[in-house]
Amino acid sequence: MANLSYLKALNRAVADEMARDADVCVFGEDVRVAVSNVTAGLLKRFGPERVLDTPISEQAFTSFATGAALAGVRPLVEFQIPALLFLVFEQIANQAHKLALMTGGQTRVPVTYLLPGSGSRESWAGQHSDHPYSLFAHVGVKTVVPATPSDAYGLLVSALREDDPVVVFAPAGSLGVREDVDLAALAPVPLGVGRVHRAGTDVTVVAVGHLVQEALAVAEEVAGRISVEVFDPRSLFPFDWDGLAASLERTGRLVVVDDSNRSCGIGAEVVATAAEEMRLLAPPRRVTRPDGAVLPFAPALDLACQPSRAQLRAAVEQVVRRPVGDGWRRAE
Amino acid sequence: MADDPSDPAALYRTVALIRGFEERAVQLVRAGVVPGGIHPYTGQEAVAAGSCAALRPDDVVTSTHRGHGHVLAKGADPARMMAELAGRATGLNRGRGGSMHAADFAVGVLGANAIVGAAVPIAAGAAWALRRAGSDRVAVSYFGDGAVSQGVLLEAFNLAALWRTPTVLVCENNGFATSMRTADTVAGSIPGRARAFGIPARTVDGTDPQAVREATAEAVARARAGDGPTLLECVVYRWDAHHTWEHAARPRYRSAAEVAEGRARDPLEVQGARIPAAQRAAIDAELGQLLDYAVEFALTSPHPDPASALDGLYASGLRGRSGAGVR
Ligand SMILES: Cc1ncc(C[n+]2csc(CCOP(=O)(O)OP(=O)(O)O)c2C)c(N)n1
Repeated sequence: MANLSYLKALNRAVADEMARDADVCVFGEDVRVAVSNVTAGLLKRFGPERVLDTPISEQAFTSFATGAALAGVRPLVEFQIPALLFLVFEQIANQAHKLALMTGGQTRVPVTYLLPGSGSRESWAGQHSDHPYSLFAHVGVKTVVPATPSDAYGLLVSALREDDPVVVFAPAGSLGVREDVDLAALAPVPLGVGRVHRAGTDVTVVAVGHLVQEALAVAEEVAGRISVEVFDPRSLFPFDWDGLAASLERTGRLVVVDDSNRSCGIGAEVVATAAEEMRLLAPPRRVTRPDGAVLPFAPALDLACQPSRAQLRAAVEQVVRRPVGDGWRRAE
Repeated sequence: MADDPSDPAALYRTVALIRGFEERAVQLVRAGVVPGGIHPYTGQEAVAAGSCAALRPDDVVTSTHRGHGHVLAKGADPARMMAELAGRATGLNRGRGGSMHAADFAVGVLGANAIVGAAVPIAAGAAWALRRAGSDRVAVSYFGDGAVSQGVLLEAFNLAALWRTPTVLVCENNGFATSMRTADTVAGSIPGRARAFGIPARTVDGTDPQAVREATAEAVARARAGDGPTLLECVVYRWDAHHTWEHAARPRYRSAAEVAEGRARDPLEVQGARIPAAQRAAIDAELGQLLDYAVEFALTSPHPDPASALDGLYASGLRGRSGAGVR
């Protein structure tokens, strides 16, 4: 057994795939010295032809990777800051994502975009704390948010093997998570398959990314009174709707905890789909950032905008307290 | 020697092919057969014909919203290209791309691109990957004078120069970005943009297919030799509207006299004068038949099945959930 950190798991995934497939190349700012740690050791092992420090030119190197993919390379593009995705939304959402369809299926664009340190890194303030995964799920770019080291390994490996563009969000709040694993047992995790971290019978908490740990903590806190099932979708697009439906068959109640803005966030999609298609005994609830949130600088303000453990516990208790039957649609 | 692309007759044939294709395409827009309209390439044919004549079939190109000429000159089938404009299942992109996204990977066309300047980094990346694979293939990126004000294009110049990618940067300066004159939008000069990155650049008469072919051949030789990118500013004049909507909207930004003066130097005549009249007539007759067939092929081709609208969206075959209408 090894005590594997999330960051090391990402690093292992990239190294293993580069060793397995000579077409995998890494582009990014400061990847040779591995400022993010994800690319540590890769330059020495695979050389400067496969690990390329780019100028600070996100728009160019993102589409450069697209062009390289059209000609047979499988690039991994690392971004230092999640907000840089706003700069390259054109290159990912409007170019890479659309090429397969627009060409009538003549090509594929196997590029992986990795965001180590997505979300709030306490007090990095407005332009460094976004978690824009819902934007990519909305346009239909494959989007994954691993919560644990073994899932980080398995999902990044799968992303690198996909023939479509995939954005991998590694939440800042997950980077320090460790897990005892048998390294030899690390394996690819298919996109679109969720994971039940804890089985329960009263309420399903759908938790995204680092919030899985919070959900598990809340489940433990209320364990004597309420039986919480913690469902981690792992991929936001494609989403494991069958897995969620099966969970709601068991519990009938739903809380979604999602560290992105409320309006049009992935939490809204989960709640809407459950309401349309699944078994619900009580109105579902969302715990999210506020609408339009820009994370403020001061630590207390930063924290005030993120879903908290207390909010999640309150939502779980509220959903369970709602009466079953005719009364449930009435406001409290 | 009609197979030799530098043969004057072959160059004439490509210019005439593009001209005839565009004339028919404009008619089909007016007839309502080509939805969405097109950006006519008329007057700029020598750039596509000349530059592609300096390429091998396995070289690749990226193109623009005004891309019919590049796609045809690189060797795409005019009938399938016309079918694509008409949105038919037999089109190059099976009706998924249309005029502004025409692509034919079989002949090295990585795609026309509707976002100004967007394809330049794609071409640079493709060039880099081709060299990495051990080949001496090159990538040509076409763009307009409007694109040289796009940041992503300048970022791509930096990458291409820094990493000496085998890329030929072909700017078609047709005098306008929609209605705006080059002099009103470009500070400094277009070759100056490239020279700032250490990229050799020259200005070429873009109405002369042979001049373009020779300049491109030099740039391609540099690229194949590992010496990196070159920029060619090809000076042309756009004869027709920016886009066929202009035939109806008629925004006024240039005089009839100016257009007449621009049309006076006709690439078709420049190249036509270089071959015997009888040969020219024979080529014209052959192309007339070919293009009539292309139109007929497009018009008689089936429309794509609406149920297949999102086929090919994901290489992995993923099917998202249906919205209203589709599936
Ligand atoms: C980035 C971007 N901005 C604006 C547009 C709208 N647009 C389409 S073509 C065009 C003019 C382009 O001019 P130029 O690059 O000189 O090419 P030309 O049309 O002259 O061939 C504009 C503004 C666009 N497609 N992309």
